[in-house]
Amino acid sequence: MEILLAIIIGVLYAAGIYMILRRSLVKLIIGIILLGNGANLLIFLLGRITEGAPPIIPEDSKVFLEAYADPVPQALILTAIVISFGLQSFAIILVKRAHKVVKTDDLDEMNATDEDS
Amino acid sequence: MTQQIILYPLLLQMLLAIILMFFWRKINAQRIISMFGSLVHLAVSITVFAYIWNNGTQTVQAGSWEAPFGITFIADTFSATMVLLTSIAGLAVSIFSSGSVIGDRLRFGYFPIFHFLLLGLTGAFLTGDIFNLYVWFEIIIISSFVLITIGGEKAQLEGAVKYFTLNFLASMIFLTAIAVLYGLTGSLNMADLANKVAAVENRALVEITAILFLIGFGIKSAIFPLYFWLPASYHTPPSAVSAIFGGLLTKVGVYALIRVFTLIFVDDVFLDQILLVLAIFTLFSGALGALVQNNIRKVFSYLIICHIGYMIIGLGMFTEVAIAGAIFYLVHDIVVKTNLFMISGLIYRIKGSNSMRALGGFYANYPKLSLLMFIPLFSLVGIPPLSGFWPKISLITASFESGSYWSLAAIIFASFITLVVIAKLWAEVFWKEAQEIPVRPKFRYFHAIKNIKRVQIIVPIVFLSLVSLYVGFGAEHIQTLSARIASELMDNQQYIDAVLNTQTPE
Repeated sequence: MEILLAIIIGVLYAAGIYMILRRSLVKLIIGIILLGNGANLLIFLLGRITEGAPPIIPEDSKVFLEAYADPVPQALILTAIVISFGLQSFAIILVKRAHKVVKTDDLDEMNATDEDS
Repeated sequence: MTQQIILYPLLLQMLLAIILMFFWRKINAQRIISMFGSLVHLAVSITVFAYIWNNGTQTVQAGSWEAPFGITFIADTFSATMVLLTSIAGLAVSIFSSGSVIGDRLRFGYFPIFHFLLLGLTGAFLTGDIFNLYVWFEIIIISSFVLITIGGEKAQLEGAVKYFTLNFLASMIFLTAIAVLYGLTGSLNMADLANKVAAVENRALVEITAILFLIGFGIKSAIFPLYFWLPASYHTPPSAVSAIFGGLLTKVGVYALIRVFTLIFVDDVFLDQILLVLAIFTLFSGALGALVQNNIRKVFSYLIICHIGYMIIGLGMFTEVAIAGAIFYLVHDIVVKTNLFMISGLIYRIKGSNSMRALGGFYANYPKLSLLMFIPLFSLVGIPPLSGFWPKISLITASFESGSYWSLAAIIFASFITLVVIAKLWAEVFWKEAQEIPVRPKFRYFHAIKNIKRVQIIVPIVFLSLVSLYVGFGAEHIQTLSARIASELMDNQQYIDAVLNTQTPE
């Protein structure tokens, strides 16, 4: 399972960065989404995967007796998902506006800010 | 109970932002609340600073969950200083925004977002938890995205696309670094991490994590070769927005770098070398970039990059004198850079242009204003006894002592080019004869706006110039302060003890 997840994360990161490097605005957004998901999965993986061991202390005991799933990464991922969701929706609106105003979706043609003024 | 005082600046900003949202369409009410609230924030920050100065580092554990488990808020002298500087810059820009940002922009929630930005900055300076730092960074960048796009002009949107993409990438790299660090140590509390990272056996992986942090924060603080988003976007929004961005946003990246590399990843010669090399290149490339620009705001954007180099070089040398110099420079730079962008806004209001070629005759037509602008411009260069001069002494001494002559050369070279750039700007804008600029029919010129607005534009510039003068002439106070911060940063055991050994207040 770890190996599989590691490969998926690698593919997501690589694909995300590749898409960010493309010239099209829409592909930029896809890249951002892929990269965000890759990062979330990475936190999940690095929190160690333990199967079928919820982090609940049994009633008759005061400490954990066996290995348990670490709940912290899940809280982190939840936060990160919400944040990247917000950012992605902002990105989509931004790109739509930019496309409307600049009338191109080619990043190479978006160079008005670099011109001498 | 008194320790809770360090949370007050944070809570006040949040309260302000929420109150402002209830006055969504009433921009005059927003103006007054924002200015008054920023004034109160300054008072609170001064109180917090005085408290920390007298009583030493204070910590608050959120929800009384004891240290490595809960979220820690910690204010040492460094944090308290940064919060104080945030509130000074915040007050100035709040007043300046009321005067200079047009109503059409203010109607789309400018002030609430502005205070959310300040909330994020205050939070980032006060937190002692690495994931919490990430969350504050996100609050900062989300607010900054809104501020940079408010108004929706063509240049703004183009700048925003670049700004957004690279800052998002930086956040993702930062998040990746946190994930790897958590995988290595199983902790997120920075003090706890400092202990645990030192004990990790896989040093190669620790080094890679450090590099990930360096890249993430490096993009945010615009160091070489990760700065390209900055000159592409900082000159596009209204100058009030550029002022707060230029003054504080890159500095929060520098703050995070200093914090992480003095607390968690210490005693690593390889990293210090990398920081030094990057700093030298930052100094060179920023200075040379500034030299060829024509738009005043672009000149200032490149100067931001150039002067980030001074702080990173101090961190790279990693001696107490060097870090004290970097901290002093940070204090000076926040005040001056905020002021410079407000000045570019004032010039724009008066003449309707920011192009050096088109401008001219300022000294002949506005002698008093020119003298006022002289203070921040030449503070930046560091003509003694103005404020930019003193930190450079520490930095030069430190690089001489540690025998890194390349840094010495870079510091002097960048200083010299800054002088050339500012002299060129002074000659073009102030001394050259006034040029014919076509009158823009719908533009609200400075002489045509109401008196109260003019006061609101001038007062913050005077205020920050006075602060600059204080930093220059009261250099001894600032030097004492930065020396104390540097000694606290070099001895990270103090920070760790403050977080991990506190009794939760009953």
